Amino acid sequence: MNADANIIAIVLLGAMTLGATAATALLPNPVHCGLFAAAAFAGFGAMFIALGAEFVGFIQILVYVGAVAILIMFVILLTRPGSESRQAGWKGMASWRTAGGLVVAMGVAAALGWCVMSSAPVSPAPDTPEHDVALIGSALVTDYAAPLLAVGVLLTAALVGGVLFAFDNDPE
Amino acid sequence: MFHKRMSLPAGGLVRTVEPPAVRRQPSHPLFDFLRKHPVVVLGVVGVTLVVGVLALVMLLDLKAPGGILRKAVWEAISDLDAAPAILLGGLLDYLALAWGLLEILLQATGMLVIIGSLIGVFTGLFALTSIVERKMLARIQNRYGPNRVGPWGLLQPVADGIKMLIKEDIVPAGADRAVHFLAPLVMVVPALLSLAILPFGPGLVAVELGVGVLFFFSLGAATEVAVFMAGWGGNNKYALLGGMRAIAQMISYEVPLILATVAVVLVAGSLSPSAIVEAQGGWLFGWLPQWFVFTPWGFAGFILFFIAALAESNRCPFDLPEGESELVAGHLTEYSGFKYAVFFMAEYIGLFAISGLAVALFLGGWKPPLPVLAFVPGWAWFLAKLYMLVLVAIWIRGTVPRVRIDQLMAFAWTFLVPMGFVVVAAAAVWQKLGAGVAAWAVALPVVVVAYLVLGRAFSKNTVAKTTRIYRYSNG
Repeated sequence: MNADANIIAIVLLGAMTLGATAATALLPNPVHCGLFAAAAFAGFGAMFIALGAEFVGFIQILVYVGAVAILIMFVILLTRPGSESRQAGWKGMASWRTAGGLVVAMGVAAALGWCVMSSAPVSPAPDTPEHDVALIGSALVTDYAAPLLAVGVLLTAALVGGVLFAFDNDPE
Repeated sequence: MFHKRMSLPAGGLVRTVEPPAVRRQPSHPLFDFLRKHPVVVLGVVGVTLVVGVLALVMLLDLKAPGGILRKAVWEAISDLDAAPAILLGGLLDYLALAWGLLEILLQATGMLVIIGSLIGVFTGLFALTSIVERKMLARIQNRYGPNRVGPWGLLQPVADGIKMLIKEDIVPAGADRAVHFLAPLVMVVPALLSLAILPFGPGLVAVELGVGVLFFFSLGAATEVAVFMAGWGGNNKYALLGGMRAIAQMISYEVPLILATVAVVLVAGSLSPSAIVEAQGGWLFGWLPQWFVFTPWGFAGFILFFIAALAESNRCPFDLPEGESELVAGHLTEYSGFKYAVFFMAEYIGLFAISGLAVALFLGGWKPPLPVLAFVPGWAWFLAKLYMLVLVAIWIRGTVPRVRIDQLMAFAWTFLVPMGFVVVAAAAVWQKLGAGVAAWAVALPVVVVAYLVLGRAFSKNTVAKTTRIYRYSNG
């Protein structure tokens, strides 16, 4: 009976998450989109919890609802629509800057892809998974240490780059 | 034009107004007596309640053989520590035997009773705190505070509640109606849910969750969304500014809050509040409780946690998201009637919940402070410690002025966050060396030196540079 209830919960949560995601993509008001994105993130977290991965589920809610969704909302409110008028069409893009940017972007994509590929499960998952936080922690600093560090360095670089962009005030 | 010459009144310019003669309604002498001695009223009400409950138990027991409820009540009185669990068990046994309830209905009843009693206790505590806070603030400010409704003004929360319920619920014309309506709900549900993981005693926790502490903090994330919805949904610039301030403050102070918690989790080796309380058991020298607050890192961590908790629950001195002198009422500006009351309740229940977490993490949860006091049941200790923290928060509200927004952010990022990292490092050393003289010898100097260095740097770099000279008020 408990397993059935769990399946029903997962199906319902999945439907709600799908609906919230569709609303995120389709609604006209960007703030509504941001709020539905938060709902979709929360739905993913709830699905993790329903599947028994409580730690991952709560971390998902903490990080994505508490930080990422709020960040999206701040970005929506702090950027005015119509401030994208600087784009100069395709002609202005063909410069060494664009080429360098493309190379960096490809490098980042390759690094992220490597991280994802190398963090595939080492062994087939056991039938009764032990959701022990200590196990997750030790796995992160032993088996998955390299991808974890790589992602951390990339995120830090992105943060520093964002700060640099924010400081760039010269009107050209 | 000639002015008519004014003649001075006979008694001089200052006229003394005679107070009108008080005409008292003739009332019954018994009524006068009760008005003068509210203790008698309260005593009579209390005794009536106890006798009524006992009579109800006797009456209900007629339906079941052997007096299950009566036995449960006596057992609960003789074993106060586990009384709530015994009473609930007795009630479920009774329902199964006397009324033949199905298993699934029994489970549902059990859950409903637990949820109902949690919500009942904490909304009652909210009502009590709303009057206690006003009384304490009044005492600090040399006023009387509410003293008209009921004995000592004790029924003031009832009057407030009725007032809130019958007030008009105004929704601004330009508001986003759905977001405006949903914000109080998104605010209050996580606050109520976070009560579920508070460990009131051994086994006395509504949901025994292995990752309870994480659950608590992930609910705080939903609160941020609610504050945003309230600030944006009202279509009011003050509300939006207040909401943005509140979110920035909550995100900033969540970092030291979680860092202080990480230190505890590191030493206790668990994310479950019950296990963390169990890790603080035992006595040093036979009388000193081994709570985490009595360790160098734990003391610093507790102070960090409490400061950050005040900021998270928007309490003074960090209540500038609703600083009425600058932002009307912050994200609450466009709320009236019971929606406002719901926000108010969510804030207080959030304060109770985070105080409860502080008690579980640092103050030994349900453990008594001295071995001789072990006869007092654990849940009473837990509630007493929780309420003591709430009283300290009220005391701080009465004595500390509100900080400015730049001071607020600078305090979080240049003092609390580095201090949090130091506390985590000290806790790691403590965990490695094991509680003892060696651990004290390392952890205490680390914490003290870090506090002195960071504090000096903060007052030199931030306080000195951002203190404003107000031309007309600083002389």
